[in-house]
Amino acid sequence: MAPAAHPDTHAPLSAEQISHALEQWLEVEFTFIQVDALAASIASLPREDQDFLLGWVRRIATTNIQIAHQFALRAISQLAHMDRRMIEAWALHAMDTYDRAGSSPAFKVINELDNFAQLSHEHAAGALFEEVGGILLTFVRGLSGRHLKLEKGEATYTDSETLFLPAVVAQMREAADNFKLCKAMVALLWAQTRFGTFRINLNEALSTYPDSVKALKQFHALETLRLEACIGRELPGLYREMQRLKTETGVSLPAGWEHHAADLARPEASVADSLRLLERVYPGATPDAVCYQGELRIDAVAASIATRVEREKMLLRVKLAQELEKQTIETRRDAPNFDVKQVANDHNDLPRLEITLDDAPIAPPEGVNQLLTSIFLDLGEIPPEYLVPAGPGEYDASLLEEKSQDPDTVWQGTYHEEGASLYPEWDFGRQHYRKNWCVLREREVTPLNDGFTQQTLDKHSGLVKHLRRTFEAMRDENRLLKREPSGDEVDIDALIEALADARDGREMNDRLFMRMHRSERNIAVMFMVDMSGSTRGWINDAERESLVLLCETLELLGDRYAIYGFSGTTRKRCEIFRVKSFDEPYGETVQRRIAGISPQEYTRMGVAIRHLSAILNEVDARTKLLITLSDGKPDDYHDGYRGKYGIEDTRMALIEAKRSGIHPFCITIDTEGRDYLPHMYGAVNYTVIGDVKELPLKVADIYRKLTR
Amino acid sequence: MQARALTTEEYFVESEPYYEATGDEIAIFEAAYQNKLPVLLKGPTGCGKTRFMEYMAWRLKRPLITVSCHDDLTASDLVGRFLIKGGETVWVDGPLARAVRAGAICYLDEIVEARKDAIVVIHPLADDRRVLPMEKLGTLLQANDDFCLAISYNPGYQSVLKDLKQSTRQRFVALEFDYPSADLERKIVAKESGVDTALAEKLVKFAHMTRNLKGSGLDEGASTRLLVHAGKLISSGVEPIAACRSAIAQAITDDAEMLAAVRELSSSIF
Repeated sequence: MAPAAHPDTHAPLSAEQISHALEQWLEVEFTFIQVDALAASIASLPREDQDFLLGWVRRIATTNIQIAHQFALRAISQLAHMDRRMIEAWALHAMDTYDRAGSSPAFKVINELDNFAQLSHEHAAGALFEEVGGILLTFVRGLSGRHLKLEKGEATYTDSETLFLPAVVAQMREAADNFKLCKAMVALLWAQTRFGTFRINLNEALSTYPDSVKALKQFHALETLRLEACIGRELPGLYREMQRLKTETGVSLPAGWEHHAADLARPEASVADSLRLLERVYPGATPDAVCYQGELRIDAVAASIATRVEREKMLLRVKLAQELEKQTIETRRDAPNFDVKQVANDHNDLPRLEITLDDAPIAPPEGVNQLLTSIFLDLGEIPPEYLVPAGPGEYDASLLEEKSQDPDTVWQGTYHEEGASLYPEWDFGRQHYRKNWCVLREREVTPLNDGFTQQTLDKHSGLVKHLRRTFEAMRDENRLLKREPSGDEVDIDALIEALADARDGREMNDRLFMRMHRSERNIAVMFMVDMSGSTRGWINDAERESLVLLCETLELLGDRYAIYGFSGTTRKRCEIFRVKSFDEPYGETVQRRIAGISPQEYTRMGVAIRHLSAILNEVDARTKLLITLSDGKPDDYHDGYRGKYGIEDTRMALIEAKRSGIHPFCITIDTEGRDYLPHMYGAVNYTVIGDVKELPLKVADIYRKLTR
Repeated sequence: MQARALTTEEYFVESEPYYEATGDEIAIFEAAYQNKLPVLLKGPTGCGKTRFMEYMAWRLKRPLITVSCHDDLTASDLVGRFLIKGGETVWVDGPLARAVRAGAICYLDEIVEARKDAIVVIHPLADDRRVLPMEKLGTLLQANDDFCLAISYNPGYQSVLKDLKQSTRQRFVALEFDYPSADLERKIVAKESGVDTALAEKLVKFAHMTRNLKGSGLDEGASTRLLVHAGKLISSGVEPIAACRSAIAQAITDDAEMLAAVRELSSSIF
């Protein structure tokens, strides 16, 4: 690329050099974008800014040229005002939006920079959702009440189940204060769910006012006062921070509101008091929103409550019915009498709710406590009709749990993402992940009963014997270690020798004990088998034969292992085929599934590695291996996975796996593999097998060497 | 107090340990002891199991022999082994055998951590036979009438591989321990660490927040023991937020993001 090739790395680039680079990236030949003016204005920047800006233009251009162009035009003027981190976040947000929603929303992000971040000053150092989201989610989960979710949204609001924060919060000058502001926002939204803002029907309550927008604003301001006081009682440290932020941003209450604030600060004040005061303040002025106030979206809340209340009522009744079944009371004549007792508690705390059956407390079934809390937060009580155990067939099972769908039926509709796992993918052009880019489904291999296993064992009987012998020697069994300096038992032989030595006047050996050595071989291995179309024929046969031999030998070793195949077409249809999971025993079903492994479509490797690493990481083992059997480079149909993109994504997925403590290894029959495998797996973590026929022999042998 | 060496069966708990009963556990333990039944204490770490044992040992006036089980603990470590002294083999009792002979209370802490042979060796002691087979001596050791066996077990975090077998657990009278109620915990923290009630209440509230996080990133919330530690630091003049970080947050997790979140929680309370 032109800028990088320039010999002097400190001198600013000339307009000519810049326009040359831009012409290339923006494909001026086809797009007819005029770059001269743009290049001239970039040329006037210092070199550091030039590199930063051009780097991002190049990266965005790999996603969409028009967005890259617009970004360049707007970013020049922003360089002086915005923190670099913020510009990066802005560019990434635009690309994410492009991935998710297409070009016109992405243009909107690029063009409406002011919407992206509320900037009230120069050099904003904002808190980015990506950076603070994780901490704040844990923070809010630690607070009492419903199990809330935290997501990136276009504004600060909650639907009473999920809290939404904007991509960037940058009102404050200091980064630390912006983080504090985010924390205050999250806490206030939490307080809305926790202290009953949504316990009344707000749509109804506010509809009596002629100007419902104004009424909502005023109600929101009153509720914020009330909730601040609640936070003050519950979380005094945070309350002090909130007061400070409020003073710094300089918001003051209209005349007469101090009195209302004091009224709402009473511990027993509830949402009804806010509504009562609303009547009084409605004719007057509306106070400015406090910096952490966010928005009150009562429609979103109403929608979420409507579905939740039904679901939770049913869920509780079903759980109670299940509980009743467990009690196995044979001769129950009268109806079961469930009740909920509030265990007395402080005014501030959520009451502890205890379920009783016929006045005797019962241990709450799993998840019921959380459910009771959630219901209590919505309704302020557990109504008696919630405590009637559900009769058989009385409920709609689909209400209860988001059930995972049968992958095969899902495919019949096109591209439904329901019930699938979403994985990110590394875009090397962008130098960033594309979020939720791959849609992956786990399926089972259709077993095939054609005696393949037996044929393979017969065909390779000599090899099987050899492998058995070598692998048996590797078995790390419990064995008695003799002549140890300490141990459970006295080694009589050693003792007699030592005593004889002592009689002779020689030095007495002190290694006189025996100790049991216990097997410590603690290995879990995941085999990831290429099921792409290119394996059709010989390669597929060789793969299946290798797997049979492997299973036979691994059973001897006692290592835990799993076998999965992978294939797919495009990012929307990535598939993982389960041949053997970790806890499934090796038997006829697995053998038939191995026989049933058949070539499918393409090789999108990155997502397969990510999914299988996740499975492997759930296993508790000291050594975790991910072994790939493959016949070539990563490849996929249509969306540019072939070539460098695929290799870089696969490499990144392998780096992620390594970071989580997995050792990846690749066995391939692609003789060109030496060109790209060292880059992907590292210099020593792969083997190229020249002859397909050798595969069955080699795979077991390589495994032996790897785990020695 | 000066350090001094005691043989294990001489270890009597001399002054009354501070223990707040959360239910009828004292009466049940006493009844089990009188009927020569072994006791299983279940519950999360740091909720007072060991303190309860010390209290009961003091109450029953029996020596207390505690063995903290680890994954290398074998039956020989409990029963005893031959050692060689001056060219002769000499039998040396293990802690369990000593307790059986002396009529002490033997408390095997975190029993599931021990090897299987160590768990099985207590079976004949834990039913009405009350004998300890000393395989290497070829003898059976009949337990002293005052002997009592107690084991502890944390069902919360141990892996499925280390679950207590039915054949073991069904020999014991089980007492379940959990974190005390908020009021009681506040009282305990205040009494043990010397902080005032208001501060103890905040510490307890903080503990509840971390317990809410169990399952979303934490294996276990802050135990009562950690609260006492934090309270002691605060009593010695450490800032509450710093005390919570050192005594609680760092003790329950190493994860940087979790630490940051826990710090935000503590700074919200104090």
